[in-house]
This record gives sequence, structure tokens and C-alpha cells, in this order.
Amino acid sequence: MIKVENLSKHFGGFRAVDGASLEIAQGSITGLIGPNGAGKTTLFNVIAGVLEPTGGRVTMAGEDITGLPPHKLFHKGLLRTFQIAHEFSSMSCRENLMMVPGGQTGETLWNTWFGRKRIADEERALRAKADEVLEFLTISHLADHKAGQVSGGQKKLLELGRTMMVDAKIVFLDEVGAGVNRTLLNTIGDAIIRLNKERGYTFVVIEHDMDFIGRLCDPVICMAEGKVLAEGTLDEIKANEQVIEAYLGTGLKNKDKVEA
Amino acid sequence: MTDFLNAIVALSNFVLIPGLAYGAQLALGALGVTLIYGILRFSNFAHGDTMAFGATMTILITWGFQAAGITAGPLPTALLALPFGILATIGLALLTDKTVYRFYRTQKAAPVIFVIVSMGVMFIMNGIVRFIIGPDEQRFSDGERFIVSARDFKEWSGLREGLAIKTTQGITVVVAVICVTALFYFLNKTRTGKSMRAYSDNEDLALLSGINPERVVMVTWIIVASLACIAGVLYGLDKSFKPFVYFQLLLPIFASAVVGGLGNPLGAIFGGFLIAYSEIFITYAWKKVLVYLMPEALEPSGLVQLLSTDYKFAVSFAILVVVLLFKPTGLFKGQSV
Repeated sequence: MIKVENLSKHFGGFRAVDGASLEIAQGSITGLIGPNGAGKTTLFNVIAGVLEPTGGRVTMAGEDITGLPPHKLFHKGLLRTFQIAHEFSSMSCRENLMMVPGGQTGETLWNTWFGRKRIADEERALRAKADEVLEFLTISHLADHKAGQVSGGQKKLLELGRTMMVDAKIVFLDEVGAGVNRTLLNTIGDAIIRLNKERGYTFVVIEHDMDFIGRLCDPVICMAEGKVLAEGTLDEIKANEQVIEAYLGTGLKNKDKVEA
Repeated sequence: MTDFLNAIVALSNFVLIPGLAYGAQLALGALGVTLIYGILRFSNFAHGDTMAFGATMTILITWGFQAAGITAGPLPTALLALPFGILATIGLALLTDKTVYRFYRTQKAAPVIFVIVSMGVMFIMNGIVRFIIGPDEQRFSDGERFIVSARDFKEWSGLREGLAIKTTQGITVVVAVICVTALFYFLNKTRTGKSMRAYSDNEDLALLSGINPERVVMVTWIIVASLACIAGVLYGLDKSFKPFVYFQLLLPIFASAVVGGLGNPLGAIFGGFLIAYSEIFITYAWKKVLVYLMPEALEPSGLVQLLSTDYKFAVSFAILVVVLLFKPTGLFKGQSV
């Protein structure tokens, strides 16, 4: 589905992503883990077109999508969410969702004034869809609240809801569970599984919560210092020595010596 | 009692009504500045000269109409020419964007670079306007001069003070109300307007929601150019047209936008009126009103003018500084500068 070849992104002398190669299979929920600063979010940003890569290639279903701007990728079905939830703070939650599908009739200046009926029909459908999504995410009661005023966890749900407004092919979730309580995290997990099963969304999930990763993801990819370290099931990853080293440092190996 | 009425009439005639018209003109100008700031994220110094360009084009077309004998009856012919002026201004704005601003946008240049670039654009537009119409004052208003003339009012009311409402003042207010209503309807109710707000609110998210940034930018320029042209023509009709005046107008316009909170359209309107009334209140010779209100013994001998009208720009500058010091986001919540 998505193939990343030797991708790198440097900020001056700092190599945030340093020759990472990975492949994401169609229909999978791939977990992306790694210590802080491993380059996970930068990798997302480069794939999603927010940042220009320094080198390397990204292909989606065989088509080169390296460096395409986000709104074009969006129309190809590649969506992402943000680590720190983004929202249009002055609009209601429902309006936030209704903003999502691009290329609406009302987007041209001409149709704004002269295509009123078509826009009205379209908006009615969108509204119904937005309400459905809010229902699905158990936040119907927030439909008319300003998105800037709802809680952090609810904003995370809204982020997920955004991906449900269109027929996405692949969704990149950046720490969708960060700062979210257990119950809400389970709701999010259920939603992801359901979207994956029922609608065939492919997911790539960055997450630090290993239970969450274990429940959802197969395979799991571990990154460190801008490179892909290991790939496999979570248990395989957990057993991988390089991974342990990346998380805990080399000190552990010399543990016996230290204790002695 | 008559004294009191006379005082009120004098106040309306010299302060309230001119302030209303001037405030509406500033508000329309400030709306353009604030929209550019909210969406393209820079302070557009070329706005004053965009207004001048719009007015220039409208004047040329007005003269054409006048020569051809086409008039709007009691209304100024300029109103007929206005749509064409707007089209020309839109053309200029889109051309500037395509040739200048887009280059910096693709480079993701810092806002301060945009500000300096807009100053360059300002000087070029400045030159274009002077090249086309010259640096001198031009008159282009025609039609009925007054809705209510001072003499008619005096005869009707029997008061010593007259109340004059100029046609241009009436037109300014009516046109401004129409523009603002249309703009707010557009921003709040239509999909394009919402995409603009979304883009202003959170650019990253807007892009990731499939909103085409180039289209948002284009629509913004179209709206801003229309507002600039309308504001420029209304100001020119009401006062007189002189290219240099539009350059000077930049200060009160920016002050209005900043006072209200940059990026906040409602704030821009509020700011426009606040600046207009402050200017007039401080530079008006209050003697005319006070003679009716004070007992004879206390009647002021001087003009009771706080500052000479030469200093009217100092007023907006002072307000601008105070607001930036104590409330940089403006009175309504806007983005900080």
C-alpha cells in the first residue's frame, strides 16, 4: 500500500529521519513505536506532505507521492491526525467534521451565490454524516459545542472522526491515545478496529501505550534515531535486543557488572 | 431647551455624522487588512495604494460615463463605475499575487519578508497610480450634493444650527452596511467562507482537510480587492481623491485593524469607528457645541480644540501604541502582531 524507500529528513545537521525504509500492507493496522525523538512524527510529516524530504521516495499503490502537498494527498485518500489535537477552534464540533470532505460544490465563488440548492442538498447529507460520526464516537452531545472548548480527549476523538468523514484509504494516527483515559482509549481502539474491518481502512498508529499497540497492531515497526530498527509482532519486538537497547540504553547489558 | 437642541444638532452635524461616514470607510479598509492578516498572515502595507488604484480606475470610468452622458440621476455616477473599478482592482490584486506573493509563499517565507515585500508592492502601486492619474487632487462626485441641506433643515426646524447630510455620507453608510452584511454572511454561512475561516484558524489542519490553499488565497484577494476598491471610492467621493492621502490612510486603517484585533473582522469594524470618532473628538473645536450648553459667564473664549487637525494621524498612532503595549491582541480577541 505504502512503500517508503530510504527516506531521510534533515534539519540542518540533525538527521531526524535517516534512511528509513518500510512497507505498510493493505488492510493492516501497523504500529510504529520507538523512544522519544526516534523520528516517528517526522516520518509521518514527510509522508503526509507537511515536510519536504531531504532524500528518498514514498510510493502509494505504486504511484510516487513524494513531496505532494497535504491537500492533494488527502484527495488520494491519505489522511493523518496530529499528536497534539488540532481543531478549528471557533467552529462547532459538527462544523469541524463538515469542513472535512474537500472539493465541495460551495467551494467556488460562483457556486456560493448561484449554486445554492446543490450546496444545500450537499450540506444536508454532510450534516447527517457528521451526526452519525459523532454518534459513533459517543460525543453526540458535543455537536454544537465550540471545538476549542471540549476536552483534550474529546478533541482526539474529533481527530479520528475527521478521518471518518471521507472514504480514506490509509490513516496515520499520531499518538491518538496520548492524554486520553482508559475508557476513552478503549472507545478509540474499538473505533479503529471497526473502521479497519468494516471499511477496509489501513492504519499506521504511533503510540507509546504497549497494551493499546498489542491489542490493535500487527505488525509493529520499531524506530530509533531515524532508522527502522525492527519489524514483527509485538512479542518479537519486545524480545529484540536492539529494541531493548534503544529504549533503555546499553547500561542494562552491563547490569551485572554494575551490581557487582 | 432650544439651546440644548442646537447643541445636539451642532454635535451631529460636525461630529456624529462625519464620524459615522469616516468610520465606515476606515472599517471597510481595516476589513481588508485584517482578512489578509488572518489568511495570508502578513500585514499588507500595499492596502492603502490598492484603495487608491481602485479609486483611480473608478474615476477614469466615471469620467468616461460623464463624457458619454450616462448618469445615475441624483446619485453620483461613480456608483455606476464602481463595479468596473472593482473588477480592475481584483485583476491587479490577482496579478500581484501571482507574480509576487506566490513566489514567496512557495518558499514558505517568514511573515516579516512578506511585510517588506508588500512595502515594495506599495511603492510600485503608488507609482502606477501617479503615472495613470497624476499626483493632483481630482474631483469626480456629481449628482445631488445633499440629502438634507443645512438651510432646509434650519427652515424646517427653526433652529440656529443647521444639519447637513451629504449624499456621499448616506451612500457610504448604506454601502458599508451592505458590504459588511454580505461579508459576514459569506464568512459564516458559506462553504468558501468557512474554508477561509478554517484556513485562518489552523492552516495545517485545513490543508489536511483537503482545502486547497491556492483557492482560499485567491478568494481572499478577490474579496480584499473589492473591499479596498469600495473603501477607496467612498473615501474619494466623501472627501476628495488625492493619491498621497491614501498612503496616509494606511495608519488609521492599520490602527483600526490592530485595535480590534488583527484577523478578527468584527474587531476591524469596531476599530474603524473607534479610530474615526477618536480622531474627530480630539481634533474638533468644541466651542460650537459648548456655547449652547454653558452658562454665558462660562462660555469658552478659545476654540476648545484639544489638538489641531494637523495632528489627526497622531491620534491613531497614539491609540495604536497604547493598544500594542497593553493589549497586543486587540480589544476583540485577534492574533498578536
